[in-house]
Amino acid sequence: MPRMSGAKALIESLKREKAEVIFGIPGGAILPVYDVLYDSDIKHILMRHEQCAAHAADGYARASGKVGVCMSTSGPGATNLVTGIANAYMDSSPIVAITGQVPRPFIGKDAFQETDIVGITTPITKCNFQVRSTAEIPKIVKTAFYIASTGRPGPVLIDLPKDTQTEEDEMNFDERIEFRGYRPTYDPHPLQVEKAVQLLIQAERPIIVAGGGVKASNACSDLVALAETLLAPVATTLMGKGVIPEDHPLSVGMLGMHGTVAANHLVQDADVLLAVGMRFSDRSTGNIKAFCPDGKIIHIDIDSSEIGKNIKSHVPIVADAKRALQSIRNRLIQKFNKKERSTWLNRMQTLKNIHEEMIKSVGDGIKPPALMVEVRKMLPNDAIVTTEVGQNQMWAALYLKAYKPRTFISSGGLGTMGFGFPAALGAKVACPEVPVVDIAGDGSFLMTEQDLASSIAWKIPVIVVILNNSVLGMVAQWQRLFYNRRYSAVDLKRIPDFVKLAESYGAQGSRVQSIEEFRGAFKEAINSDVSTVIDVPISPEENVMPMVPPGNTLKDLILS
Amino acid sequence: MEMKERIYMISAIVEHKPGVLYSVSNMFRRRGFNIESISVGESEQSDLARMTITMKGDEATVEQVVKQLKKLISVIKVSILDSENTVARELALIKVNTPDARVRSDVINYTEIFKGHIVDVAHESLIIEITGDTDKINAFIELMKPFGVREIARTGIAALQRGMRSVKME
Ligand SMILES: Cc1ncc(C[n+]2csc(CCOP(=O)(O)OP(=O)(O)O)c2C)c(N)n1
Ligand SMILES: [Mg+2]
Repeated sequence: MPRMSGAKALIESLKREKAEVIFGIPGGAILPVYDVLYDSDIKHILMRHEQCAAHAADGYARASGKVGVCMSTSGPGATNLVTGIANAYMDSSPIVAITGQVPRPFIGKDAFQETDIVGITTPITKCNFQVRSTAEIPKIVKTAFYIASTGRPGPVLIDLPKDTQTEEDEMNFDERIEFRGYRPTYDPHPLQVEKAVQLLIQAERPIIVAGGGVKASNACSDLVALAETLLAPVATTLMGKGVIPEDHPLSVGMLGMHGTVAANHLVQDADVLLAVGMRFSDRSTGNIKAFCPDGKIIHIDIDSSEIGKNIKSHVPIVADAKRALQSIRNRLIQKFNKKERSTWLNRMQTLKNIHEEMIKSVGDGIKPPALMVEVRKMLPNDAIVTTEVGQNQMWAALYLKAYKPRTFISSGGLGTMGFGFPAALGAKVACPEVPVVDIAGDGSFLMTEQDLASSIAWKIPVIVVILNNSVLGMVAQWQRLFYNRRYSAVDLKRIPDFVKLAESYGAQGSRVQSIEEFRGAFKEAINSDVSTVIDVPISPEENVMPMVPPGNTLKDLILS
Repeated sequence: MEMKERIYMISAIVEHKPGVLYSVSNMFRRRGFNIESISVGESEQSDLARMTITMKGDEATVEQVVKQLKKLISVIKVSILDSENTVARELALIKVNTPDARVRSDVINYTEIFKGHIVDVAHESLIIEITGDTDKINAFIELMKPFGVREIARTGIAALQRGMRSVKME
């Protein structure tokens, strides 16, 4: 067994896990690791805020399907990662976060920059480790990557006391890892599959609701195949956007609070609802007591704790989405060959047409839905779109179609303003060949814009399209609709000049007043080798529609 | 559909290492589950600990608790114990005032009836050790209250299934 320092063992272990890049910021308690990184071939991208390092690792993971790695020092470095870790946890994104820690003898003494990051992140990680003896580093890294990327993916944190980084020991990189308390169930139970098939055969108004789990298990083609066999419309959650090409005749877009008319109505009217890799979040279901009132629910998830957590299903199936969808379809085609389902599908088409009409809104200035359509038109199908949080996010989710999995990246569960831009940087690092666009709000972009600096320094060109309404638009929308237009603390008044801001970093900036101008600027941005910020002024009075007011059922949509 | 609340006992085999109790109790807190008692100690395998958790709730809640426990990586095996086929015991230490000989002999008598033991004798007080199910211990404490109970320490319930049934690592 080779003898080496803990820091060397860490980097060697990361290489063995095929980590190509680390997003991070150094500091006192992680110096020995950075010293090894100095002549390692693992790329380290110096970010300007640890939150961005975590979001970039997350964006990298979501775009590539590989584990993203971020790193920070102890104390404030570690706590700055926390939002990013929580975000990855809520959206089941596989990242490994590595934090420096004060040396073992100082732990518990409130030493300089000591923080109980293991305690802090216990509820927001799939699991976490503090290294107690140097020799266990290879095993911990292996375990961390395995746990982050298997089953329901999620973040794992490794806390490394500084003295374990410097201490030398014999390192065993080939040690087998065993888990007594972690064995994801991949294969569906045949009896449950049979029950699901029975329900689906009898269904007259079937619908599939697909979430991020479908993407995580690479089950997108299986999903589409099943939908086509069944002749069932497919709605997705925000996380599921892209698991079926949104120009597919059976795709009805996103369901939920800002769902499409078609998705929401069809879900409510269905007699059998097949939910796969989704967790019935309140944003997806509206009033859950009245969700899909006459339907029988089949719920497939690899995380058994999701079964029965928010809703009681008639046929629960704990399994990997791909295997479950394949098993169901294999059984189904033996018994079932429906060639048409005209009433239900005609209904779908009528409802889908309403959505298309909503894009053609009239009035002065640039209308966000039309802008989203324009962005889509100009991008190749494999381009990646990230979003910030707020109205910008919902406009993108509703009107910017995704054609491929992993091309639409958004902070769903946590709803983290400031996620989209650093996530775009991470996605671009993972997929340098495709254009990456962050659909942003002015408020959100101001939370992480400092990483324009790293985008320039590391030559990671992305495009930021700011829907600039000078307000915290989504909050303003709620105040307009539910608080009698009492606009409390939403006016951003003195936002910077985003063009100059971009230019001051060495990025490109432009401001557009019409769709024609946007076309020109966007085209230039796609071809640019530095990041571009396009400032698109829009009215602060715009509402994202459709919307289901809180507490209502999915059918109680307001359209304007 | 209102579901009936009752007391459930859950037995969990967990890794015997630092932080495990924290992650379990933290999960209960964060998800708003109420535990009545939790007891932890080494199990038949020295690297594993057994946790016995009692909680009040309806069936759906308890099922969620079991699933959330299983989801924790350091938790290896979890089962709901059915009360009919389970031996459940708790130990309590109770310090009672015994100002005079009459009280003292009353307390000693009751202790004998409940098959407890006097484990410490001082001039003005006794410590009684008593084991049994929760009802028995509650009943005994009620009986002691008129004499003046100074301190109580209870372990929480430890439980095992009867006969060949078991919650253990294969
Ligand atoms: C970090 C964070 N803080 C606060 C919120 C609450 N919030 C949700 S949307 C929103 C407004 C977002 O404003 P902006 O980025 O300008 O987007 P817009 O809605 O105007 O498109 C706020 C403050 C949040 N989601 N995240
Ligand atoms: Mg705004």
